[in-house]
Amino acid sequence: MAIEVRIPTILRTYTNGEKSVEASGATLTALIDDLEANHPGLKDRLLETKSDGDGEAKIDLRRFVNLYVNDEDVRFTGGLETALNDGDQVVVLPAVAGGCS
Amino acid sequence: MLTISTATRDAIVAHAKRDHPDEACGIVAGREGSDRAERVVEMINAAGSPTFYEFDSGELLALYKEMWAKDEEPVVIYHSHTATEAYPSRTDIGLASEPGAHYVLVSTRAHGNSEGPVEFRSYRIIDGEVTEEEVQVTDAPPHQPNEHTNESE
Repeated sequence: MAIEVRIPTILRTYTNGEKSVEASGATLTALIDDLEANHPGLKDRLLETKSDGDGEAKIDLRRFVNLYVNDEDVRFTGGLETALNDGDQVVVLPAVAGGCS
Repeated sequence: MLTISTATRDAIVAHAKRDHPDEACGIVAGREGSDRAERVVEMINAAGSPTFYEFDSGELLALYKEMWAKDEEPVVIYHSHTATEAYPSRTDIGLASEPGAHYVLVSTRAHGNSEGPVEFRSYRIIDGEVTEEEVQVTDAPPHQPNEHTNESE
């Protein structure tokens, strides 16, 4: 099952400079694990451990990383549990953001 | 060094003044590898804040897809500070993710929405390290002087 993943400039150090790579997985979580197997270090740039308030750790997408599946921001489609199908297109884009402090 | 046309510089300054006291943000796209800042794209500040800016995630994807289709890249990424100097904040530095881009900071603290000079400065931000660079404004812009470079309006 091949899914094209578009990699932003800043993360291409993990993909030998490749703009896009292929990976597989039935969900985003599985896809990211598959990416990590071939491009070690990438997972940590995409995911972080957050506390969910009950003191339990939860793995989630980093606040300033955007992931899109077929042009939909995954924050609106089920997050890391978003289901994937063969031929889907995944895009990773760092947020463009900042502030005065 | 950042080389930028008068028209492009003026478009960025006008956007910053218009959105004051909120932070304004956008990019100037150019052909990949050319280092020519040619196409101003004003972005919505999804944070709508005087102290923070963030491109809307849907607009961000649309912007990058358009640039990929045109073999463009973000040559300049600009935003304004509305009460502080035109220098990258710790947040700006921590979130800078385009090592090839010129980060332009405009400060509207002196005159707000009104006429008057603004600070207009440019930086490289790579691996958390900030280097200010010279800004050369040229009067030989790539566009005709009366052509609107702002396509978002």
